[in-house]
Amino acid sequence: MPAVTETRETVEKLAKSSYEWGFETDIEMDIAPKGLNEETVRLISERKGEPQWMLDWRLKAFRAWLEMEEPTWAHIHHPPIDYQDAHYFAQPKKKPGPKSLDEVDPELLKTYAKLGIPLHEQALLAGVEGAEERLPVAVDAVFDSVSVATTFRKTLAEAGVIFCPISDAIREHPELVQKYLGTVVPVADNFFAALNSAVFTDGSFVYIPEGVRCPMELSTYFRINARNTGQFERTLIIAEDRATVSYLEGCTAPQRDENQLHAAVVELVAMEDASIKYSTVQNWYPGDDEGRGGIYNFVTKRGICRGARSKISWTQVETGSAITWKYPSCVLAGEGSVGEFYSVAVTNNHQQADTGTKMIHLAPNTRSTIIAKTISAGHSDSTYRGLVRMQPKARNARNFTQCDSLLIGDQCGAHTVPYIESRNMTARVEHEATTSKISEDQLFYCRSRGLSEEDAVGLIVNGFCREVLKELPMEFAVEAQKLLQISLEGSVG
Amino acid sequence: MTQNAAPALEAFVARAAGHGAALAETGLPTRRVEAWRYTPLRSIADTAWQKPAPLTAETTTALLDRLVLPETGARVVYGNGQFMDALSALPEVVRQASENVSPLKGLFSATLNTALGERGLDVRVPAGTDAGLLTLVSLSDGQDVSTHLQHRIVLEDGASLTLYDISTGEGRYIANPRFDIVVGKGATLRHVKVQRESLTGTHLAIVSADVAEKGEYDSFTLNQGSGLARHEAVVTLGAPHAMAHVNGVQIVDGQRLNDLTSMIHHAAPDGSSRQTVKTVLSDAGQGVFQGKILVDRVAQKTDGYQMNQALLLSEKAQINSKPELEIYADDVKCSHGATVGALDDEQLFYLRSRGIAEADARDMLVRAFLIDALDLVSDEGLRDLLLRSMTS
Repeated sequence: MPAVTETRETVEKLAKSSYEWGFETDIEMDIAPKGLNEETVRLISERKGEPQWMLDWRLKAFRAWLEMEEPTWAHIHHPPIDYQDAHYFAQPKKKPGPKSLDEVDPELLKTYAKLGIPLHEQALLAGVEGAEERLPVAVDAVFDSVSVATTFRKTLAEAGVIFCPISDAIREHPELVQKYLGTVVPVADNFFAALNSAVFTDGSFVYIPEGVRCPMELSTYFRINARNTGQFERTLIIAEDRATVSYLEGCTAPQRDENQLHAAVVELVAMEDASIKYSTVQNWYPGDDEGRGGIYNFVTKRGICRGARSKISWTQVETGSAITWKYPSCVLAGEGSVGEFYSVAVTNNHQQADTGTKMIHLAPNTRSTIIAKTISAGHSDSTYRGLVRMQPKARNARNFTQCDSLLIGDQCGAHTVPYIESRNMTARVEHEATTSKISEDQLFYCRSRGLSEEDAVGLIVNGFCREVLKELPMEFAVEAQKLLQISLEGSVG
Repeated sequence: MTQNAAPALEAFVARAAGHGAALAETGLPTRRVEAWRYTPLRSIADTAWQKPAPLTAETTTALLDRLVLPETGARVVYGNGQFMDALSALPEVVRQASENVSPLKGLFSATLNTALGERGLDVRVPAGTDAGLLTLVSLSDGQDVSTHLQHRIVLEDGASLTLYDISTGEGRYIANPRFDIVVGKGATLRHVKVQRESLTGTHLAIVSADVAEKGEYDSFTLNQGSGLARHEAVVTLGAPHAMAHVNGVQIVDGQRLNDLTSMIHHAAPDGSSRQTVKTVLSDAGQGVFQGKILVDRVAQKTDGYQMNQALLLSEKAQINSKPELEIYADDVKCSHGATVGALDDEQLFYLRSRGIAEADARDMLVRAFLIDALDLVSDEGLRDLLLRSMTS
């Protein structure tokens, strides 16, 4: 079939094209020596000026981690990770605030430009004095482990919202951090969460007080920038009674040769009638067309709906990373609470993704929805792994799960591994999964109307993912569609 | 992650007399072993299981009387792992198979059977022959005993056989039968199984079926007994246009746990597989369904479908279900569906509003739920037997 040949050619062409967001910024860094031991943990805590309780918490996690084994159940393969062969702390050197953008390190500005951050926002991020003005999106750019600057703190503060790097929160709001940190993902929850708890260097902290609807979308650009620094972000979001927040997390990373370990932890707490929407577009460097390099992404994300009628919604578009190991979960503890998971996972070349969710229904009348779309191309492997558990008290709880996989090419794999556990007779669980390739009929229809094969596939794939993409906030939906196209261009045509 | 110190394991290894190395190495799986996470073997770990004494004539008659058996066809009876000559006759066309079949690696039920195996049914149906119906009865009786029958069934090209495989017993025992099945080109094996072991019995069955071009392995399993039972089937569609049906019904009450685990391996193009499994749970019954469809890279144009549904009839009942797709070929059509829930109140109301008593209405709906799976048994006579077994 000529279309196939054409597709292959396009694949090859695109696989060779370099990673669009692959760049590296050369800024002076303050780097801890390689290796991981109790001293490293103490050093991180000391550099961040943390109180004793925080150090104790980290050490507890570190000691637990030493006793734990790396999990092997996921459908992924990689050479053993040497946890001693990485830097666990890197911090851009602090300079006094520049007077204008001209004084800002040009390398930093270049990075922002490639990230597509508008100029006035760049000024804010770079800490240019007097650059503050109102913008619809608040950005907390995590520029290698340390938030370089946080925008709109003032605007948010007026609404009573706290949005700051978690290290600031540890110093400025210790009572809140102590109350919630580790309550959703305990220090010894799993191997990677324990590692994160011991050595996390930064991340975001969000607190929405009672009755407050957060006045803007909160956003963090994660960047992995220095060679050989694993990133261990820690995010904690708390929505008090009747509070509402939408949080965006986006990632791009520079191209590099070595695999980089990334083990983030995200904790969400929703109280009565509160609502948290957490959206992710993940586009870290996936490795080259031979599968060399690329980020190892081992993430623990979990939210708890503590209060009645609270709601947590995860939306993710995963196109990057050599390995993705990620299961954003909801613990539905409040009566009538709602959990949602919308996911698009695209793998190409030699990428491997094992991702899904857990919906733990503890309370009556809880509801959850899972929509997972998996697209595999090239030599990649993609697995949906999900758990739906109805506990004995989950009367009249409901779950609906739909997992669809699309295979593009005959060298890839798509797998579905749902776990369904019900201990309550009144709970209802429905699960359906399909695996197929792009239908020849659909392709033919589009082609007969004059679309190129590339556009036709793009259209069909976007349609395939529509249920998930429509859940993304506007700002992200556009980027996500672009990413999807770019990730797949490489494989279909 | 194994219970290597378990008395059961020591006893098994001792009995295996030199053939127990693999068993000693793997040990009894704990719940941390993925394949056994929902089916704990704790209840067998602390017993030093011994070889049973031969079955007495009296017990044999008593056990046989409990069973609903077909009146036609040939019948073979095994009592406590031994062939009972006086009660058995093979279909005339059948010969001995004596063919080595593929070992099943890493599956506990198979490893245990390999270590302790006792000679079971050994039949070969010649090419182009229909061997009709063969009833295989396995009876167990004793205290802290175990049997490990090894059955081999080979269907040559174009042959066909209907196997009605039924087991029951009395006392506290483990029945660990294994079936190594080879289905030749264009051959058809219908394997209808009824598991009615004692409430204190444990049933760990393993079936390995290799299906050749245009061959068909068509199975139905009724899990309706045993304190703890797992029926595990590994079906390999190794040549084009091979077909598999791995259907089943589990009726679980009391404190019992019944488990139906299957792996359908599409290893060649144009294969198709169908699976419908229904589980009804009452009291504190626990049901497990683990069904995997594996599609190799070469197995293009595979058509795989799997449906598993569970009906929970009581507050304490529990279902754990894990349907799984592992797919490496792109031009395939594979899907699975799973539902868990209680009886539909509206349906119940509809029946009651027509004057049907609640208990009858419930029975009706449960039967309607199960009938989808039962209807997949093509042999009408056996379907009737199954229905009688299910309602007795």
